[in-house]
Amino acid sequence: MKARVHVMLKNGVLDPQGEAVRHALGALGFDKVEGVRQGKVIDLDLAEGASEADVTEMCEKLLANTVIESYSIEMQ
Amino acid sequence: MKAAVVVFPGSNCDRDLAVAFEQAGFDVSMVWHKDSVLPEGVDIVGVPGGFSYGDYLRCGAIAAQSPICQAVVEHANRGGYAMGVCNGFQILTETGVLPGALLRNAGLKYICRTVDLQIATADSVFTQGYAKGDTIGIPIAHHDGNYFADAETIAALKDQDRIAFTYAQNPNGSIDDIAGILSQNRRVLGMMPHPERAADEGHGGTDGTAVFRALAGIVATA
Repeated sequence: MKARVHVMLKNGVLDPQGEAVRHALGALGFDKVEGVRQGKVIDLDLAEGASEADVTEMCEKLLANTVIESYSIEMQ
Repeated sequence: MKAAVVVFPGSNCDRDLAVAFEQAGFDVSMVWHKDSVLPEGVDIVGVPGGFSYGDYLRCGAIAAQSPICQAVVEHANRGGYAMGVCNGFQILTETGVLPGALLRNAGLKYICRTVDLQIATADSVFTQGYAKGDTIGIPIAHHDGNYFADAETIAALKDQDRIAFTYAQNPNGSIDDIAGILSQNRRVLGMMPHPERAADEGHGGTDGTAVFRALAGIVATA
């Protein structure tokens, strides 16, 4: 059983790395990029019986810092 | 007067912090991250700078879950004194002892130089050796020192006079030039600049010594 967690900086939190990527894309001639936000993907291999609620707890306690980050969970 | 300095894998300012406490007159114990209790009778806990756990996941995130950090949180919740410098500040925000978070520097570069700090409040055990508005030179050395908190938190920090230090020229994009903040009971300080690196003539400056001397004075008379 697997879960995939996406962690992104919240809207309104400046993402300087995403901005740098946007500038680099512009420099390469990709002129149709209006914004870039960079985040993380965390794949979890879970034992049988693990629930989305367990993964939510993991996100709240460690995987995301909810002061600055939002997360979403895909159970696979 | 007893100080404890926490050591994580990847800490690199632990001994500097210990020396600064010693010079101010503290007996210092080094405490390993796997320990689950602080030494008996500790007056202040120092959480040092460095790259605990290689900054994996987020700066300070793994350290904040270590056994010793649970003891540091309990110490702070009991009203004990604590200070986190640089990575130590990041760790204290990750534990929730201090509000907000430290983001990547706005300019994306690691910055290592001495900057001018302004004393935003002298009303704390850490800053009472200065006068409000004083400017001091203290080194910074960080990649993730861009202080962020939501508008409500920033308003509360201001209303409660909990901003300890601000940058004279903002190097990293921190909201309102914030370089260091205090807990609600004013007994926990988190700051990105390194006062322990400006605590000896050999460092090229001694503007940081007042933090440790003031602490020693308060603890000695408590």
